[in-house]
Amino acid sequence: MESEAIIQIKNIHKHFGKVHALRGIDLNVSRGEVVLIIGPSGSGKSTLLRCINRLEEFDQGSIVVDGIPLDSAENINAVRTEVGMVFQQFNLFPHLTVLNNLTLAQRIIRKREKAEAEQIGMELLRKVGIPEKADCYPLQLSGGQQQRVAIARALAMNPKIMLFDEPTSALDPEMIQEVLDVMLALAKEGMTMMVVTHEMGFARAAADRAILMDGGQIIEQAPPNILFTNPKHERTKAFLSKVLS
Amino acid sequence: MQKTEKDNPNYGFHERIKQTDQWWLLVAIVVLLVILLTTFKPDPYQRILNFVVDGIWVTLYTTVISFTLVLILGLFGGLGRTSRNPILHGIASVYVEVIRGIPLLVQLIIWYFAFPAMVKDLGKAWNIEALATYKANPIVMAILGMTICYAAYMSEVYRAGIESIPKGQMEAARSLGMNYFQAMVHVILPQAIRVILPPIGNEFVTLLKDSSLVSVVAVADLTRRGREFMAANFIPIQTWLMVALLYLVMTLIAARAVTWLEKHSRYER
Repeated sequence: MESEAIIQIKNIHKHFGKVHALRGIDLNVSRGEVVLIIGPSGSGKSTLLRCINRLEEFDQGSIVVDGIPLDSAENINAVRTEVGMVFQQFNLFPHLTVLNNLTLAQRIIRKREKAEAEQIGMELLRKVGIPEKADCYPLQLSGGQQQRVAIARALAMNPKIMLFDEPTSALDPEMIQEVLDVMLALAKEGMTMMVVTHEMGFARAAADRAILMDGGQIIEQAPPNILFTNPKHERTKAFLSKVLS
Repeated sequence: MQKTEKDNPNYGFHERIKQTDQWWLLVAIVVLLVILLTTFKPDPYQRILNFVVDGIWVTLYTTVISFTLVLILGLFGGLGRTSRNPILHGIASVYVEVIRGIPLLVQLIIWYFAFPAMVKDLGKAWNIEALATYKANPIVMAILGMTICYAAYMSEVYRAGIESIPKGQMEAARSLGMNYFQAMVHVILPQAIRVILPPIGNEFVTLLKDSSLVSVVAVADLTRRGREFMAANFIPIQTWLMVALLYLVMTLIAARAVTWLEKHSRYER
């Protein structure tokens, strides 16, 4: 099992100035595994996620994604094409239509023809449930619709791994479920996912493993049902009592 | 069926005027003034216009050529100013700070008088015939001087535009596998240009006016032609009224064109 790990993180350290944001993280993620990361704000969970596709540089340690070490500029771009990322603030390209948001990187990076890229784009828009918005501009959509487009945009690159950085935190409550539904479907299809979220319903339904981070370290990890009902560590108990109540 | 405002038979002249850009009215008034003056007082106004008209073309084409180059050179300056590479950032910053600190008039004089003299001295010192007999072309030197000066200002405009785009846009582009330049070309710049269209338009209008400075380096632009006419005819009031009106026509039309561009480049929401 260990040799099959698609993400191998060894002893990652990261400083922001004087703040020691990550203090020696070791983590392996298997193919098809859905890993949930929870923890108080400032615990380093977003930073860890952003290190995996090198949006954040780390000071020490190593990360290997699908056999590619994150060391050279070429390798970093290669890893990024295999790793899709979904952001809290969606970050759709406002000057492009929804469909062109989905086709831009396909055409530049995957070198697909316009017709092929658009066909893939439309299929993904149907999958996330908003094919009728193809010709709209992102700012014409609701937050939930924008986030579904953002997921489709990442999927258009046929990633092997999807990273979700608090994908529902910027959404109005009534829009959260439509985004979680798309993520649940993705998990069922066997996508390897790392998700930073506090949506416990999603965690119970889809996650294979839940990880609690605090102070830049992994405090405890277990299947979500075990971690949530029977936490061993005091800091896990303290955090869960705040989130679950 | 609900009737819109336009179905109202009383929807007439005043509403239409309100809808169109009212500043066109000012353009019309100034143009009308020029036409009235040349029609009813052809002497001296038609004579002045006939004399300076080739200067209008010189002013226009030196400005347009220079501004085109400014847009290109300024982009590289702006990319340098926002670059994390210390060498590129350093070169761009020194360029901007030095050029911004010297008046355009002085820069033009340097390019037309000091630079050729330096080339000649070097030619003599190194015995290179081509350099020793070098003679500067006034139009080329004027365009060069204006371009280098205004590209420094434009670098700052581009920098502000690039920095106004949220960091998440670059991150999203990079996370999809684009490299820095692909992300710049396809994601950041198309958005930044929309933001900086008004200041770019401002720079164009300012350059159009500042191009009158090239008259001191032997370029026969509108201002120089006006001075030549005045020297021969001694009617300063009429000459400079005409020259000022002609500049006003050009700058007002340019400003309207910028407003039109702005309106037609907004995002749909």
